[in-house]
Amino acid sequence: MAAHAESHNPALLHHFATEEQQRNSASFGMWIFLATEVMFFGGLFCAYLIYRRLYFGDFAAASKSIDALLGGTNTAVLICSSLTVVLAVWAAATARRTLLLSSLVVTMLLGCVFLGIKAKEYKDKFDEHHVPGATFSFEHEQVPNAPEGVYANPRHAEIFFALYFIMTGLHALHMIIGLGIFAWLLIMAWRGRFTPEYHTPIEIGGLYWHFVDIVWIYLFPLLYLIDRHA
Amino acid sequence: MSMATATVQPVEREDYLNKHYGVGSWLLTTDHKRIALLYLISITFFFFVGGFFALLMRLELLTPAGDLVQADTYNKLFSMHGMVMVFFFLIPSIPAVLGNFLVPMMIGAKDLAFPKINLLSWYLYIIGGVMMTHCILTGGVDTGWTFYTPFSTAFSNSKVIEAGLAIFINGFSSILTGLNFVVTIHRMRAPGMTWSRLPLFIWAHYATSIIQILGTPVVAITLVLVVAERALHLGIFDPKLGGDPLLFQHLFWFYSHPAVYIMILPSMGVVTEVIACFSRKRIFGYHFVAMSSVAIAVFGFLVWAHHMFVAGISVYAALVFSLLSYSVAVPSAVKVFNWTATLYKGSIHYDAPMLYAFGFLGLFTIGGLTGLFLAALGVDVHVTDTYFVIAHFHYIMVGGALMGYLGGLHFWWPKISGRLYPEGWARLAALIVFIGFNLTFFPQFVLGYLGMPRRYYDYSHMPEFQVLNVLSTAGSTILGIGYLLPMIYFLWSMRYGKPAPDNPWNAAGLEWQTQSPPTTFNFVEEPVVTWEAYNYDEIDAGHKQEAPVVG
Repeated sequence: MAAHAESHNPALLHHFATEEQQRNSASFGMWIFLATEVMFFGGLFCAYLIYRRLYFGDFAAASKSIDALLGGTNTAVLICSSLTVVLAVWAAATARRTLLLSSLVVTMLLGCVFLGIKAKEYKDKFDEHHVPGATFSFEHEQVPNAPEGVYANPRHAEIFFALYFIMTGLHALHMIIGLGIFAWLLIMAWRGRFTPEYHTPIEIGGLYWHFVDIVWIYLFPLLYLIDRHA
Repeated sequence: MSMATATVQPVEREDYLNKHYGVGSWLLTTDHKRIALLYLISITFFFFVGGFFALLMRLELLTPAGDLVQADTYNKLFSMHGMVMVFFFLIPSIPAVLGNFLVPMMIGAKDLAFPKINLLSWYLYIIGGVMMTHCILTGGVDTGWTFYTPFSTAFSNSKVIEAGLAIFINGFSSILTGLNFVVTIHRMRAPGMTWSRLPLFIWAHYATSIIQILGTPVVAITLVLVVAERALHLGIFDPKLGGDPLLFQHLFWFYSHPAVYIMILPSMGVVTEVIACFSRKRIFGYHFVAMSSVAIAVFGFLVWAHHMFVAGISVYAALVFSLLSYSVAVPSAVKVFNWTATLYKGSIHYDAPMLYAFGFLGLFTIGGLTGLFLAALGVDVHVTDTYFVIAHFHYIMVGGALMGYLGGLHFWWPKISGRLYPEGWARLAALIVFIGFNLTFFPQFVLGYLGMPRRYYDYSHMPEFQVLNVLSTAGSTILGIGYLLPMIYFLWSMRYGKPAPDNPWNAAGLEWQTQSPPTTFNFVEEPVVTWEAYNYDEIDAGHKQEAPVVG
């Protein structure tokens, strides 16, 4: 009797009554996790906003030294990856195996491109001695939109770079974890574990990926585009 | 008679404890009840570690001179007492032990929504705990449990980074527990278990989980910043480098004030269950008690800066935070009055869990009212950083949260272990805890008001404080005995206690309708709920003719 009841779906865990209950729980759990992530990054955004207000000119000068073109390219890369994630979810829901596998692969490739560009940006910062610490140097950097000869305070710029590295570093860490999740999803999809009835992991993995993208959508203008209008 | 066939043996009922044996069956379990026991063992360890530090401090303060330990050691003692007790005992105490055990059972579920994540959260706790223990054994940390900058990032000569990372990792354990509870309460309720039929223990845990989910990540990122600043010499919180130490305090208290409600709300949930059961009455004002839990969780997020009245925040901000701090008193008072109204004309039984609940009622009320003194700007400035503050928050955290934890442990012990604890010893222990607690902490209100500062190991320039300090130290030894007793007789009862019936208290609630101890999946058949919570009049109606109720 029990064996019969358990036989229809191996993916249905014992403590759930129905597949719908299991699916709802999983996606609800991911939404709550994302709420914790909002608060996690929220503390950083709070610190950023306070210092940006206090030391606006210094932040603007420091912001100008990072490459907005590379950041902009990365923004485009991530937006494209969100599209391929949506395609993957749709492909899983409609049993399109080739599209599912290729969307997952392309998503991961775009994630790697993002990290590659990020690494290039970090390397530039190292070369320019803009990494906070003993070798940090930010002397005689003109404050944008200020009279000639008004230089940024290096101590305040250092706070900008500290926040820049922590915020983008944590974001990159989330990207790396996302790549791990997607590698696992790819293996599962390759083995044919996902069906139109059961593809919850793709959905909640996708939720996570979108969230990490959205964090970047906020990071990019806040960090790269301070006072660039002139 | 049993000789009739060779196969007939006195069979034990299968339950979650005896279903599997071996270390592996515990360390890899996904059963919420076993994970609760894993937590019980681990937090008990840290409770006695933290208690040991407290006793050493009390011993040092027995005499005005700093003669037992050096100043540096004393700094480490109060820091590690705070860190261990707050992060490794109080915050996981009721949620991770009683909540883990009871939340699925009370709502009629087989397990939490994410059993593996539940196990993961215990492992995160253990990783954090091992790091904390290592930190303690290799020199400890002296920043106070609050990690105030720039002392913690630029000056302290102790293991700040390791302690910070230990608490960071432990924080994720708390977050995952809260996440699991919220999803479970939303999605796993048995048929008929509507929101307004939930036991108030569940409402309390729901509110607690909201704080764990939304507050803990903020302290996590704050500790990341502290660790990064200390390790890499950044200037985010260091005024010498352009940083703002007040920002640290804001971020820290944004979590750490609501963290008090992580400790007290589950305790309120326990007390609600106990008072209803031992008054044999439906709880008075069910919806008000439920909503007051949520209100405390929400208001709790809006009061943090009352820890910073003397830190240099603007007077207007202080004014607003003072007012908002008063607002927390409203839902708290709603609870106290509803518990009291439940007692009114109840047929009250003085069993050990109820004694703890009574203790909670009195001590929490004192703790809460002195909290209002501290929310008032003028008084707060006078008593900031004195023993008045110490006494106040110990009345909440120990007199409130810990009393509730012990009461709950007694109340559900028959369900958890399948054995009855010795009632006489338990009542005695409850009495000893109550007396010891008051003797320890009431003198500290007086001390603080007279001006004895906290965190001093030497008060030889104010020897007139010795009498009160001696009283407090004496109380702490009594309190220590009061805490040792339950550990001894609980362990004793696991082997020698009388087997517990399924429902020894004749209590309402789904957890009492399963066997003691429960089977792995809690219920033989999925329960269908057709009654309101705390239907004690219906339960007792069937027993009227049996015996008059004796107190």
